[in-house]
Amino acid sequence: MSSRKLDRNMDAAFKIAGLAATFFGLLVLVVLVIDVFMDGFHRIGWDFFTSYPSRKPEQAGILSAWVGTIWIMITTAIFAIPLGIGSGIYLEEYARRNRFTDFIEINIANLAGVPSVIYGILGLGLFVRMMHLDRSVLAGGLILALLVLPVIILSTREALRSVPSSIREASYALGATKWQTIRHQVLPAGFGSILTGIILAMSRAVGETAPLITIGALTYIPFLPTSPVSLSQQSPYVHLSLQGFFDPFTVLPIQIFNWVSRPQKGFLADAAGGIIVLLAITLFMNGAAIYLRYKNQKRW
Amino acid sequence: MLKKNNIVKFKEMLIERLLLCCSLLSVFTTAAIIYVLLSESIGFFKEVRIIDFLTDTQWTPMFTNKHFGILPLLCGTLVTTLIAIGVAVPAGLISAIYLSEYATDKMRHIIKPLLEILAAVPTVVYGYFALLFVTPLLKQFIPGLSGFNALSAGLVMGIMIIPLVSSLSEDAMHAVPMGLREGAYALGSRKIQVAFKIVFPAALSGITAAVILAVSRAIGETMIVAIAAGQQPKFTMNPLVPIETITAYIVQISLGDTPHGTLEYQTIFVCGMTLFVLTFVLNVISFKLKRRFQEIYE
Repeated sequence: MSSRKLDRNMDAAFKIAGLAATFFGLLVLVVLVIDVFMDGFHRIGWDFFTSYPSRKPEQAGILSAWVGTIWIMITTAIFAIPLGIGSGIYLEEYARRNRFTDFIEINIANLAGVPSVIYGILGLGLFVRMMHLDRSVLAGGLILALLVLPVIILSTREALRSVPSSIREASYALGATKWQTIRHQVLPAGFGSILTGIILAMSRAVGETAPLITIGALTYIPFLPTSPVSLSQQSPYVHLSLQGFFDPFTVLPIQIFNWVSRPQKGFLADAAGGIIVLLAITLFMNGAAIYLRYKNQKRW
Repeated sequence: MLKKNNIVKFKEMLIERLLLCCSLLSVFTTAAIIYVLLSESIGFFKEVRIIDFLTDTQWTPMFTNKHFGILPLLCGTLVTTLIAIGVAVPAGLISAIYLSEYATDKMRHIIKPLLEILAAVPTVVYGYFALLFVTPLLKQFIPGLSGFNALSAGLVMGIMIIPLVSSLSEDAMHAVPMGLREGAYALGSRKIQVAFKIVFPAALSGITAAVILAVSRAIGETMIVAIAAGQQPKFTMNPLVPIETITAYIVQISLGDTPHGTLEYQTIFVCGMTLFVLTFVLNVISFKLKRRFQEIYE
């Protein structure tokens, strides 16, 4: 009888341990957020967003950092989204089960686990040296695109897998070709889940620091990449330019890292201010992804 | 009619080829990583003997008296990884068992996305937290603790990895067929016995896959250790002093303007190679294990 009681107590004790272990991480996250807000909230203001980094901590801001982050995000999205979805479609809808497909799959699983700093080294050797892209927006964006590609591929595959085959069969029965079926039936049906994956991939790219440091992006950047659209007084009045993709850049996490590694207290407040902005972006994106996934839990 | 059919067929084939090319990009990426790492590493090993690289206990590429022994960096990586795993595996596994066996479906649906947020926080933020919150906090209990140390970096890294362990292990436990549990309950088992004696062993290969992936993640983690663990390659297992991991060294040398073609420049690639080999082996083992448990139950 007593051993039964012991078991029951063990059960109750484990329930508490389980709850504690599960919420421990979240508790740490709350402490982290409070700590960062206490250190850096006073830095958040109009000037913080419209100033370049400076030697004086109280005048420093994140203008070049957030503009750079937007440039890098757009570049990453341009390459990663079509390539990732395309690859996901091929593997899920076209590829036959054979050794070659198996090889590609192991490859993608491995790439998802390659440390991000290795992608930086790849970028240094391939984009910066061999393709002479230097420390440009394009080089940075390409590195992050390769980095997040596995995330988009895997979520696309999962999304397509959840579309029931009856939808495909109905489309074929009406005489549609394979691509027409995918383009007009399967992709729209899985769109919500694919979008969730894209947002998660992008939120990962926003926070990546190491691969961009590896290509030497940690430099003092008191200017912005060339704007793609500029106005002038003379004809043709509007100029379009791709020069911005070849300009040097900095991004939020790199600016934060730069400030954290300074000894002066004032820069630590700047770092905390930057972290508040970065956290707001990533938490918003993740929140959106969670909401979308929740909304898309369709029962077929 | 026939002509139109041919056009459609051609278009279909073209699209399939195009999509195939997208998939091949991942193979190309792996090949490019290996090529870039190898090509520069070969240059390095023309100057430095492999035996020195593997056995020398000093790593001083920036000094006049240069030593290129990877052991101090490996040691730093090992210490931070062990600490991180020491946090992430117990907490992650307990949490996984709780979520899979004790929590209601509704709770699981709320908690799992919340835990994912923990993994989504940028690592540079964790680095800041380790350096400016955890280290000062620990200093109150451990007087001899340096401002930069492996301990707080490892602890924070461990917290970051908890969701990875718990989520993947929970998936593995969830895949264990209900019949096994019901059999145990029918014999009069309590929940805790079912969890530890039935579900845990049945999901072991999936759990092992999760733990191995966590180790791989800890080895490759960069920003936390670069910010909070210091930049002093030391051949020591003492977690209280500044050390340097392989990843932190890559960051450190990338910060300076190292001229292309020098031995210092090539150390980036040699360190990258070491890192890649370590994580690659772990990733492949983890992948195979995971696939095995999927084959058993799905």
